[in-house]
Amino acid sequence: MRFVDEYRDERIARGLLDEIARTVTRPWTIMEVCGGQTHTLIRQGIDQLLPPEIELVHGPGCPVCVTPLALIDEAIEIARRPGSILCSFGDMLRVPGSEEDLFISRAAGADVRVVYSPLDAVEVARRNPDRTVVFFAVGFETTAPANATAVKQAHDLGIENFALLVAHVLVPPAMTAILVSPGNRVQGFLAPGHVCTVMGWTEYEPIARDFRVPIVVTGFEPLDLLEGIRMVVGQLEEGRAEVENQYVRSVRREGNLEAQAVVAEVFEVCDRAWRGIGVIPNSGLRLREPYREHDAELIFPHEGGLASESEECIAGMVLRGRAKPDQCVAYGELCTPEHPLGAPMVSSEGACAAYFLAGRARAGVPR
Amino acid sequence: MCLGVPGKVIEVFEEHGLRMGTVDFGGIRRKACLEYAPEVGLDSYVVIHVGFAISVVDEEEAARQYALLAEMGNLEGIDLPQDPEGVRDEVRR
Amino acid sequence: MSAEFRMECPVPLPPGANVLLGHGSGGKLTAQLIRELFVPVLGNGELARLGDAAVVDVGGVRIAFTTDAFVVTPKFFPGSDIGALSVNGTVNDLAMMGAKPLFVSAALILEEGLPLEDLGSIVASMADACRRASVKLVTGDTKVVERRSADGLFVITSGIGVVPDGVDVGPELARPGDAVLVSGPVGSHGVAVMSRRAGIEFEAELVSDTAPLTGLVEAMIAAGDVRVLRDATRGGMASVLNELAEASGVSITVVEADVPVLPPVRGACEMLGLDPLYVANEGVCVAIVSGDDAAAVLAAARAHPLGSRAAIVGTVEEGAPVVRLRTSLGATRPLLLLAGDQLPRIC
Repeated sequence: MRFVDEYRDERIARGLLDEIARTVTRPWTIMEVCGGQTHTLIRQGIDQLLPPEIELVHGPGCPVCVTPLALIDEAIEIARRPGSILCSFGDMLRVPGSEEDLFISRAAGADVRVVYSPLDAVEVARRNPDRTVVFFAVGFETTAPANATAVKQAHDLGIENFALLVAHVLVPPAMTAILVSPGNRVQGFLAPGHVCTVMGWTEYEPIARDFRVPIVVTGFEPLDLLEGIRMVVGQLEEGRAEVENQYVRSVRREGNLEAQAVVAEVFEVCDRAWRGIGVIPNSGLRLREPYREHDAELIFPHEGGLASESEECIAGMVLRGRAKPDQCVAYGELCTPEHPLGAPMVSSEGACAAYFLAGRARAGVPR
Repeated sequence: MCLGVPGKVIEVFEEHGLRMGTVDFGGIRRKACLEYAPEVGLDSYVVIHVGFAISVVDEEEAARQYALLAEMGNLEGIDLPQDPEGVRDEVRR
Repeated sequence: MSAEFRMECPVPLPPGANVLLGHGSGGKLTAQLIRELFVPVLGNGELARLGDAAVVDVGGVRIAFTTDAFVVTPKFFPGSDIGALSVNGTVNDLAMMGAKPLFVSAALILEEGLPLEDLGSIVASMADACRRASVKLVTGDTKVVERRSADGLFVITSGIGVVPDGVDVGPELARPGDAVLVSGPVGSHGVAVMSRRAGIEFEAELVSDTAPLTGLVEAMIAAGDVRVLRDATRGGMASVLNELAEASGVSITVVEADVPVLPPVRGACEMLGLDPLYVANEGVCVAIVSGDDAAAVLAAARAHPLGSRAAIVGTVEEGAPVVRLRTSLGATRPLLLLAGDQLPRIC
């Protein structure tokens, strides 16, 4: 596959690893924000191939992982109603709510359907005019244009039985929250390449400047990640703190203006709770008028009780990069992909699942 | 997050008021929304995320960057995978 | 072994009191169910061997005997249907023990309301598959259940064959130094079935690879010392290799770059974030062959129409029963058994 295969070339990877090893002179802690990047890094063993001075910590870049428990519970509640159809991206089905998950609710009779594209959910609504079709709109900025288009299309075509359950989160406020938190050790970032494809990188410039951290917009293939790491290390060694772009084939500074326009038309920024982190101001999106009539939270007021997390799950610490999955007491024993306690073990992009599936033992415990 | 895969636009059409295209990913095709890649034409590559094109691949920038990467790997004129045709791609990944 | 690809989620919640879909995925949960619930109660030496078919001695003749249930949805998918699948699946289970498949049976569980035309198509497809596989369907049963109790129809086939003298194939027979072969490109069936399910539709060119492997397997066995055969159905090649490593008590290393995958299958897997190594196949088997004979067996496979893209993908080593993958970057990591089916990684 073009623009994919060549970015997996082993010889160039070796060359980049050598260059990184030659450049680095002291320990550095770098965070990659995006779950898709975590996935590649762990699966390819890149973190193990890097020189030991470089520590990679995994950020909260898995929207599945950070969707609040209460919203999962609400999605399940909606799905269980006879007059509803809940449409969702595949990986949301396994995320544990307070009692169960969407998948189990489907086994019990709820109409839950996996879709690949939000437009497919609109099609379901078109075909089932007597049911309310709710699309579980999870994602970062990358997915916002798609979700916005779906609800705009439904609105413009008069498809009244289509609604969104919005769980959108934004990256820059999350990065800032990490940087201001006490005990933060992150010194440089790999910024998410597809988020920046849509949004550009201007929002990251003040962060780089104010916190004096290098930020490199990075892609998802092994060579992208190695090159991005090389660029961050280069800046750190030279004492620079700028935004640079590694993912030149897809990202421009201003991003995708048409995509940003539809997001601005349909959504507005709001405060949002991040599972395992808490409320981060201005870190989410919600529907604005005239699209509010498609807001599932207004159509189906949530009755549920207080959502509760497992006590042993340290997902929040993992999501903030403060703990590694293999340091968690429950990792690999009580908490595995078969019976996860927290979201990062469920999504294949979650740091815990990535570690587990790549066969990492619990720190200090032979596997 | 953000699983985005590059594919080649082989057809452009309209559906339910949106500009759509058929995109080929190394031999497999799916329709995708091209509203946010208004300048894209046939045979261009786009990055697709959940059925939407979020960018047009800048082939010149990619080639320029790749040449630098190849130098890092001490490679000269390496053989890049071409568009999907032929048996060569079929047996090796 | 049942052989359809299910896109649904495997199983996230703590082991409870009920059967979960993940128990049918061919991964860890399936293994657990068999090991903890079935074998202890039903167990006997041959069952515990957990081969694709049982091989039992009847009056000095080694008879291979297998049974398999088919519940795939949709019933008709690109390249084939549940009828052909049900015959090929059973034929292949017999072939995987080195047997010549001879006779099959079929029990049909029909849902009230199933169109007779669909049933007719499926049965015709079964007849055609029997012809191609040179087996006779000699007995059967039909039941009808109420609406909503059977998802269209379920098919259960059983089969018997004879293992020729001198042929000895079994999951426990792999040895350090052996080579691991795969008979064709992986992932095609699972992705083809998924292509017909709502929400993930591709336009064309993903076709199930279901086929009877008897002839291919005979050619391979004739060419050299084939010790282990298993068709890589549920759970895909990676799951099968884990089972074999466990059964034989050996380590296996697979080289990612050597595993054949058809370009459209690869494209579909990239789009959905799936790993083709875990996707079900219906016309591909894994063979573990003595190192000395690997080249000859590979040549024999490639000379057969169903094995034209066969490849050597790994080696067997001494060590703990773990399967490792050497990635395209040169790093090595374990290739684990998943709990259940992969979910498309979309978000």
